[in-house]
Amino acid sequence: MVSENSHLEDQQEPVQEGSDTRLLSVTSRRGPRSLPPIPSAFRTGFAEFSMRERMREKLQAARSKAESALLQEIPTPRPRRSRSPSEKQVETEFGTEPGREVQRTQLEEDSRDYSRVKFHDSARKIKSKPPVPPGFPSAEEAYNFFTFNFDPEPEESEEKPKAKHRGGTNQEEKEGEEEEPPVREGANKTGEEELLEGKDAEDLLLGLDHADADFVAVRPADYEGVRVRLQMEKELLFTPSRLTVPTYKKLPENVQPRYLEDEGLYIGARPEVPRTNQNIMENRLLTQEPGRRWFGDDGRILALPNPIRPFPSRPPVLTQEQDIKAELETLYTKAVKYIHRSQHMIGSGDPPGNFQLDIDISGLIFTHHPCFSREHVLAAKLAQLYDQYLARRQRNKAKFLTDKLQALRNAVQMGLNPAKSPKSLETTPKAINEYKSEIRQTRRLRDAEQEKDRTLLKTIIKVWKEMKSLREFQRFTNTPLKLVLRREKVDQKADEEAYEAEIQAEIRELLEEHTEDYEQKMEEYRTAHQQWKAWKKAQRAKKKKKKQAVEEHPDEEMEEPDPGETPVKPLPPEPTDRAAIEQQVRERAARSRRRPGEPTLVPELSLAGSVTPNDQCPRGEVLRREDVKRRSLYLKVIFNDKEVSRTDSRPLGADFRVHFGQIFNLQIVNWPESLTLQVYETVGHSGATLLAEVFLPIPETTVVTGRAPIEEVEFSSNQHVTLDHEGVGSGVPFSFEADGSNQLTLMTSGRVSNSVAWAIGENGIPLIPPLSQQNIGFRSALKRADAISSIGTSGLTDMKKLAKWAAESKLDPNDPSNAPLMQLISVATSGESYVPDFFRLEQLQQEFNFVSDEELNRSRRFRLLRLRSQEVPEFRNYKQIPLYDREIMEKVFQDYEKRLRDRNVIETKDHIDINRATVAKYFQQVRDSVINRFLVAKHHFLLSDLIVEEEVPNISILGLSLFKLAEQKRPLRPRRKGRKKVTAQNLSDGDIKLLVNIIRAYDIPVRKPTTSKFQQPSRSSRAFGEKHAASPTARSPTHSADYPLGQVLVRPFVEVSFQRTICHTTTAEGPNPSWNEELELPFRAPNGDYSTTSLQSVKDDVFINIFDEVLQDVLEDDRERGSGIHTRIERHWLGCVKIPFSTIYFQARIEGTFKIDTPPVLLGYSKERSVIAERGFDSVRSLSEGSYITLFITLEPQLVPGESVREKFDSQEDEKLLQATEKFQAECALKFPNRQCLTTVIDISGKTVFITRYLKPLNPPQELLNAYPNNPQATAELVARYVSLIPFLPDSVSFAGICDLWSTSDQFLDLLAGDEEEHAVLLCNYFLSLGKKAWLVMGSAIPEGPTAYVLTREQSHYLIWNPCSGHFYGQFDTFCPLKSVGCLIGPDNIWFNIQRYDSPLRINFDVTKPKLWKSFFSRSLPYPGLSSVQPEELIYQRTDKVAAAELQDRIEKILKEKIMDWRPRRLTRWNRYCASTLRHFLPLLERSQGEGAEDDHRAELLRQLGDYRFSGFPLHMPYSEVKPLIEAVYSTGVHSIDAPNAEFALAVYIHPYPKNVLSVWIYVASLIRNR
Amino acid sequence: MAAASPSVFLLMVNGQVESAQFPEHDDLYCKYCFVYGQDWAPTAGLEEGISQITSKSLDARRALVWNFPIDVTFKSTNPYGWPQIVLSVYGPDVFGNDVVRGYGAVHVPFSPGRTAVCENVCSRHKRTVPMFVPESTSKLQKFTSWFMGRRPEYTDPKVVAQGEGREVTRVRSQGFVTLLFNVVTKDMRKLGYDTGPPDTQGVSGHSPPQGLPT
Repeated sequence: MVSENSHLEDQQEPVQEGSDTRLLSVTSRRGPRSLPPIPSAFRTGFAEFSMRERMREKLQAARSKAESALLQEIPTPRPRRSRSPSEKQVETEFGTEPGREVQRTQLEEDSRDYSRVKFHDSARKIKSKPPVPPGFPSAEEAYNFFTFNFDPEPEESEEKPKAKHRGGTNQEEKEGEEEEPPVREGANKTGEEELLEGKDAEDLLLGLDHADADFVAVRPADYEGVRVRLQMEKELLFTPSRLTVPTYKKLPENVQPRYLEDEGLYIGARPEVPRTNQNIMENRLLTQEPGRRWFGDDGRILALPNPIRPFPSRPPVLTQEQDIKAELETLYTKAVKYIHRSQHMIGSGDPPGNFQLDIDISGLIFTHHPCFSREHVLAAKLAQLYDQYLARRQRNKAKFLTDKLQALRNAVQMGLNPAKSPKSLETTPKAINEYKSEIRQTRRLRDAEQEKDRTLLKTIIKVWKEMKSLREFQRFTNTPLKLVLRREKVDQKADEEAYEAEIQAEIRELLEEHTEDYEQKMEEYRTAHQQWKAWKKAQRAKKKKKKQAVEEHPDEEMEEPDPGETPVKPLPPEPTDRAAIEQQVRERAARSRRRPGEPTLVPELSLAGSVTPNDQCPRGEVLRREDVKRRSLYLKVIFNDKEVSRTDSRPLGADFRVHFGQIFNLQIVNWPESLTLQVYETVGHSGATLLAEVFLPIPETTVVTGRAPIEEVEFSSNQHVTLDHEGVGSGVPFSFEADGSNQLTLMTSGRVSNSVAWAIGENGIPLIPPLSQQNIGFRSALKRADAISSIGTSGLTDMKKLAKWAAESKLDPNDPSNAPLMQLISVATSGESYVPDFFRLEQLQQEFNFVSDEELNRSRRFRLLRLRSQEVPEFRNYKQIPLYDREIMEKVFQDYEKRLRDRNVIETKDHIDINRATVAKYFQQVRDSVINRFLVAKHHFLLSDLIVEEEVPNISILGLSLFKLAEQKRPLRPRRKGRKKVTAQNLSDGDIKLLVNIIRAYDIPVRKPTTSKFQQPSRSSRAFGEKHAASPTARSPTHSADYPLGQVLVRPFVEVSFQRTICHTTTAEGPNPSWNEELELPFRAPNGDYSTTSLQSVKDDVFINIFDEVLQDVLEDDRERGSGIHTRIERHWLGCVKIPFSTIYFQARIEGTFKIDTPPVLLGYSKERSVIAERGFDSVRSLSEGSYITLFITLEPQLVPGESVREKFDSQEDEKLLQATEKFQAECALKFPNRQCLTTVIDISGKTVFITRYLKPLNPPQELLNAYPNNPQATAELVARYVSLIPFLPDSVSFAGICDLWSTSDQFLDLLAGDEEEHAVLLCNYFLSLGKKAWLVMGSAIPEGPTAYVLTREQSHYLIWNPCSGHFYGQFDTFCPLKSVGCLIGPDNIWFNIQRYDSPLRINFDVTKPKLWKSFFSRSLPYPGLSSVQPEELIYQRTDKVAAAELQDRIEKILKEKIMDWRPRRLTRWNRYCASTLRHFLPLLERSQGEGAEDDHRAELLRQLGDYRFSGFPLHMPYSEVKPLIEAVYSTGVHSIDAPNAEFALAVYIHPYPKNVLSVWIYVASLIRNR
Repeated sequence: MAAASPSVFLLMVNGQVESAQFPEHDDLYCKYCFVYGQDWAPTAGLEEGISQITSKSLDARRALVWNFPIDVTFKSTNPYGWPQIVLSVYGPDVFGNDVVRGYGAVHVPFSPGRTAVCENVCSRHKRTVPMFVPESTSKLQKFTSWFMGRRPEYTDPKVVAQGEGREVTRVRSQGFVTLLFNVVTKDMRKLGYDTGPPDTQGVSGHSPPQGLPT
């Protein structure tokens, strides 16, 4: 056994020298850890040798036999075999030397064949003859043998050496071939003969070929042999070797490699590349590019340092800076980690660390083991001693002390000589004294050390001698230990002199000391003597006294003698005896020091000795060795009392050391409490026994992987083992002596060599859990990488010292491993923080910018491009952005900039009243945010967006399609086929047309004669707008004579205006005209953008206006009547139907009879009913008031309406409830796919809300309740009117493409805009508050399509309210626009219509019947009591009347200006008188809600404007903006009268309702003075 | 605008949809259209075209030759959104239904130059576009679509010229279409866009091939 240290050092050194890269440092780290290898060369060498020897003998025997066989065989005809099979094998086998093969000629072949066969046979003989012994070498060994050179046999010498070699190799090949199968001679023989015949035949053929060449040569297909191909490939292909390239090849000639890091320069860590890859690359480079620019000075491939940054550039997310809201919303919490109760726990601020402890267990050495033989015991002892010796020698304390002594002596010498050191005059005596005492001490120490050294050496020699004698005695050796004592000659003379000088010096000192001592003692003696003398004197005096006293007081005598005070008479100190001292010194020197001239003995322990092989050992020893072999060991790693891993089980070596060489990376979370290794031993197949536990120290935080030294931790066990062989056992006394004396008891013990260190993370930060709070002192930013610990010290906090140290030690500032330290120092010295408090995401962005940011901002073109790519609405479809800035007008941005500027500024130009402006602003913001969300969602594509795919047909569709096959080609009643839908992508202006088919109209008001006969209101004609038919006995008009040109009652025509394009029908006649005409209007999308979103946001309306064409006789002169007709066509507006484009777009077609929106007062017209009634026409319709028109509107081609966003919105509803809604909807959709079923809606913040939460009784304005305190019906109507006065704004317009958003009633009132749902919800809530039973009806109506109405239950019947118009209908009213009912929604339940019909006329509204209505909440799912999203109470501000009046004036002014604008070529005169009359009249209309006031009104007007022909009407609208008012006035066409003497009158009245709900009345009239 | 300082550059493309390789299909015709960015506008020529139906040649090449000319001129202010030609190939299936056989798109070459055809070596602006069709979403769909002759198609062939939303589709390659382009640009250099090879002036028939060599 060898001492550990020495060997390790030896191994370490060369490796470390070579370790210049990280690549290598891995191996270097491993290097010292591996145990020293046992010199095994002998063992294997021996085995090899013996094997070879045996083989050789056998071969020799075989060969001699074969020779004799050969001699017999020579005369037999030449066996010929060569062609294919073996040949081929030869080729493949010897592909490595192809050059020779190619050149081979036929002749050669023949001769070789001959020899080969011979050899082959002989080889076979060799094989077959000797029986194969069990330990016969394998094929490989045989091959090895044959490839060795052996002497050529004499009979082969006549052949060519080449051929001979060939034969030799061939033989060997045969050998290998035949070894595998058992030798079968017979079979082989027959094979041989067959080959022979084949060869003969071939020869025959060949001969023929040679005979006549006239024949067509039939050649075999060209075949390039594998060999040839290999050769060719070799020329083409290059396979780089994997072997390491010697350095000199990579460097230019005569250049020594230069290692920069050896010169102290820092070289970054190279990226790790596997060694083989590197070699391959180097080889390749060397062959391809001899320029050698690839290699650096050190002969390695040039490589940049590893580019991976050691520090993350992104700081940890700071929680404080995050939005608090975002934090609150986080729901997910990670599992809480188990935190050890110890204080060494990880602070929460630290990364939830995987800290790593690397435990490297390199091996185990037993210093005693039960299986130790006596020799082992001694060897262990010797090794131990040698270790000690080495350790001592390394420290060389004796030398150090000697030197120190020398120095001290010199100092004393100098001190004594004052001339040399003048400045330390006064201190000298003291210092010299100090020195002297120090000298004394040092000398003593040195002597002790020297003595120890000497005894150690002696013991080593003694043990070695014992061992030698033991080896001799037992006649075998067990250990390879060998001690060599090397003598180092010394110069005897010098040595002697030195020795003598030393002794003399020592003697001198001693003498000095002694004299000093003596003097001191003498001094003491003197004083003591004096004292003694004094005492003596006193004593004597006392005695005298005493004697006297005794005589007087004899009893006192007893107390007198005081033993303590009795001084002994001091002895004078002996003077120093120089001879004695010298004697003493010399004795000691002889004991502890080398005698002068004696050569220095240097023991050297080596493992050069050889161990006696087993078979030469006695039985006991063999048994012991086998026992050792059976044993194996493993270690368990116990971390915090838990086993975390264990090593492999390794057999115990003969030298009682076990090599593990395993590194365990412990990923830990807590600070380690304990770290233990348990040594387990297994014998044979029995279980493991715990030998011992080894406690490992927990490393300092500074100890990181790669820097940790290998430590040896001793362990011992108290187990008692007695063995029945040579092993000495453990805990059992044994003796080296033959008589058993001198007993020795040894316990199993050993050392584990290991190292424990903290791992280093990828970024160079040691993965150490923070110790405790106290370390986190100064810089939190630096805490993570404990800078100081990286240089191997810890606990340093004095920064200045550190900085000084760093400056002195000349740290390489470029080394990344020093970077944290350098940073720390710079922080500390400069006093300011170096740590940036910002970080950059794209650090290199600046380099990639092609223009600077300023330029980017300045350039208009770039700005435009950027805005377009941001999809800013103004620029989204901007085409052909000009190339130069100068071509971009500044005004392009004006709108956009204005919008940006106005984002917070409330502008009142369009809105006039401030409140509405704010609302509009808010609305815009909501809209913007929703649109932004939508724009994001728009980029989520579904398969159906991209790919048109037929759905998998189900049985019914299949059946239908099969049925279709049998269908008639031209059916008698053709079925309508759906039009092909067009996606709005490849459309452009003019592609889309709006088709309006005007079919007929009913009940158009008829003209009244404009005579002065209307002095008093007559009841003859039914007043227009009157609700209940007053008298069926109306007179037929008798005034037809009054019509000047014999015109009929009315000549209506229809004018459709859309996007300022106007089309009109021909003029029909009579109050029930039938046109049946198709009008075609072009459609232009805004900005030419025909995308779905853009189409959805088209706000344009289709106005269908009905006019009466009146022919006015303009003939001035009655005389001309016979010769010409001079008439002017005037048109009088009768009413209009307004249909938003969005409705058409979503509905695809609109078909039905619509109520014409007629003004409450239509001057000059009355509803002529009597004629119809008399004819008995349509009694049902006559019940209703108003005029109707039948229309069909569609778009050509049909556009695919955009789909609502299928984003799944998040919700605060209970998950169960949401599941129930989905289920409910699915069930409903299954039964009645066409009926609308609504359970959840999306509120304005984008959350899914259960629909019943919207319904809750809410108080209507008190004002309205006070109006008709006793008439609930009137109150209800008033409330409905109030709701209808809130402007209507379809969701699809405001939130293009987004699904319906439902705002709560207070939001609705604040916004003052909403679509049917909001109106219906508010109305329903009001009705609930009024104590009515009210439901929301989800169904479809015309023209709105799917919509929401309100259903109330009166005493006996149901009323259906249209929330947007404020009208109500009885359940059985045929003109009720609601056409189908999908579901009813109450405040606490949803009922889905499961009746057969869905028309309100035919269904039963009794929701208590479960057969008719499927309720959402039922017994299985009871109503959970959902809280409402509505506010507790609605608060209404009174509207400012002054503001309303102001608004009124402004609107009037604006409208007047507009009318003048519309008549550019005419003078517009305003009739003030008439206007004031009208203005006076409007409040009345408001009060009466436009009913029943006509006659009074007319009378009044006639009275005042008797001589005017008057046409005009009041318009009533909810107020939202000015623009719709203007539009409405324009559509009436009042301005289009071009009679030269026409005058106009305009009056505006605004009635304020609470909460800024404004009812606007506009009275517009044209007057023509009657002549 | 004066010639000295042009405000747009022009890109003239002509060439042809030469031929196709669809090993499994025959009797195909081809539609092409251009997709270009917002700053581009066609000034002359046809943006879209539909070719005749061609049958496979009977020689070993089994090529479907259209030789369908393309001739269009664009003007633009911004190279962003450079025109792409989108091809879609249709042909009858077993039942005679017209189904799509492939979609493909390729950018119009940036650099000016002509397709030099000399001794069977075409260079520069020859493009071979792999064509693909969307796959059915399931086996059953596949069967029914085959049976009904209604294979999945893109809602708009121009989808293949854009990257957005493609992740939801699965496609299969069907064959190749070979296109030849001759490109003339005007004022590109003046406006600072240098797309041509360094020796634009001296382009000869033997200039090194840049596109896909044959």
